[in-house]
Amino acid sequence: MRVDLEIIGDWIKPGSRVLDLGCGDGALLRQLRDSHAVTGYGLELNVEKLTRCVGGGIPVIHANLDQGLSAWFDAGSFDYVIMTHTLQAMRHPERLLKEMVSIGREAIVTFPNMGYWKNRMQYALGGRMPVTRALPYGWFDTPNIHLCTVRDFEALCAEIGLRILDREIVDSQHRSGALMRLMPNLMGEAAVYRLEKT
Amino acid sequence: MPAVLPPDSVGLVTPQTFSFDEPLELDSGKTLPRYELVVETYGELNAARSNAVLICHALSGDHHAAGYHSMEERKPGWWDSAIGPGKPIDTGKFFVVCLNNLGGCKGSTGPTTVNPDNGRVYGPDFPIVTVPDWVRAQERLMRRLGVGQWAAVIGGSLGGMQVMQWAISFPHLLRHAAVIAAAPRLSAQNIAFNEVARQAIFADPDFHDGHYQEHGVLPRKGLMLARMLGHITYLSDDAMRAKFGRELRAGKINFGFDVEFQVESYLRYQGASFVDRFDANTYLLMTKALDYFDPAAEYEHDLARAFAATQAEFLVVSFTTDWRFSPARSREIVKALLDAGKRVTYAEIESSHGHDAFLVPIPDYMNVFRAYMERVAGETDGGPA
Repeated sequence: MRVDLEIIGDWIKPGSRVLDLGCGDGALLRQLRDSHAVTGYGLELNVEKLTRCVGGGIPVIHANLDQGLSAWFDAGSFDYVIMTHTLQAMRHPERLLKEMVSIGREAIVTFPNMGYWKNRMQYALGGRMPVTRALPYGWFDTPNIHLCTVRDFEALCAEIGLRILDREIVDSQHRSGALMRLMPNLMGEAAVYRLEKT
Repeated sequence: MPAVLPPDSVGLVTPQTFSFDEPLELDSGKTLPRYELVVETYGELNAARSNAVLICHALSGDHHAAGYHSMEERKPGWWDSAIGPGKPIDTGKFFVVCLNNLGGCKGSTGPTTVNPDNGRVYGPDFPIVTVPDWVRAQERLMRRLGVGQWAAVIGGSLGGMQVMQWAISFPHLLRHAAVIAAAPRLSAQNIAFNEVARQAIFADPDFHDGHYQEHGVLPRKGLMLARMLGHITYLSDDAMRAKFGRELRAGKINFGFDVEFQVESYLRYQGASFVDRFDANTYLLMTKALDYFDPAAEYEHDLARAFAATQAEFLVVSFTTDWRFSPARSREIVKALLDAGKRVTYAEIESSHGHDAFLVPIPDYMNVFRAYMERVAGETDGGPA
């Protein structure tokens, strides 16, 4: 099991209502359904991934997250709204984060940390846009249009009124460690946050 | 005409007729004392009677959804693209039932059949039937067939409306509801198109207030116009452009009113061939059933409340260039189901085919449909129901 998914599993209460944004093939929802008896839906734009959700018995809505969530869901519809490694590909991340904590009691967000030292090295010493295991795309074909660092993200949370309830910093294997806890913005390759509205 | 039957065809099929003597009270307040329904079935009902699927037809559809009536038949049933061995509605797994609805003109009791009370053809005196009326008749057929619960009820367009009605009227009698290219009710524009179609039929001098059969004529011009208009709404602007463009039949303009553009030729052909296989009074009834459909009306126009008691899991599918029942209309259905906390899956399929797309085997559409139906089939094999 991916450790970021394990972290999410630790945070979620059994029997919750969950919405997974950009749910892919529905792996997270299937896992949470089987381990935590959650109910809920996935949102997915890619029709092939959506088809795999359907095959796996995950209720899924074909929707474009860039068009927002308010057309689909009222405030307070879910216990948790989850978005794993999708925030950086959104056109309006700040708007989506606000919607997430409105539609859900809590939001859970994971993203790749641009502050990770290897990214910094590639940019500072190589003079090139970073290409790593977590961010394998070239600058010209990347879907990741809004990359941020752990520090950037936390500044945005403060600015738009999101309270950080939990934070885990992990590496590309989604392991955590002492160094990552000490210097999260430098040592963490990805971040997992649990948020609510202030 | 198939020289040999394709391996994924249900093959040669024969319709059956079921007679019902128990009077059916209609929404209009009238009663049908007795009636017949013409039905086709494909596949086998399993021992647990858990694999039956009902197909609901749209405006001009009928019971002949798949396969061929004979080796001479030019085209297979209207939804042969989706029904057959290995197709999304897999007849190797499901017992598939499709009927001609009441008021139809393909053998079920309707304007072209004889009124047993007076021995005369019903004609325009056949009562106006509604989607809930159809669903009540279908429920009686279900009991007659010995089916206790549908694994799924499936339909496109007006058929999709019947599916929604099933889930609302008989929540416990279906496990899955597949609503394809439908709307929760018609828009004013939809009703307007229906009204023009009806006026075209009424204006035909051969209509005789609907008693054309007694006069030995058919309102050919009127029904043809109605169908031509309908066809424009079934296709998208893109599909028409791709199919016909501004292509001229004779290669040059002739400064006259004969058929010049290919699209004119197509519409006239579609209209003229429809007249030979469809009844004008039935067409009028079907458009009224469409206009009247509004399940939320009984629930203070709150569709989520209309769905509140439903137990089925829903699949909702729309098509990007469908402007008759656009994706926005399907999203209304999905939103109401989400508000009601129901299990629903929604797919918006990229297609250039307009409303007709629901009959076209578009790969993305077939893949989603197949994945969904495979799961439905999995539940009938003794898995969780």
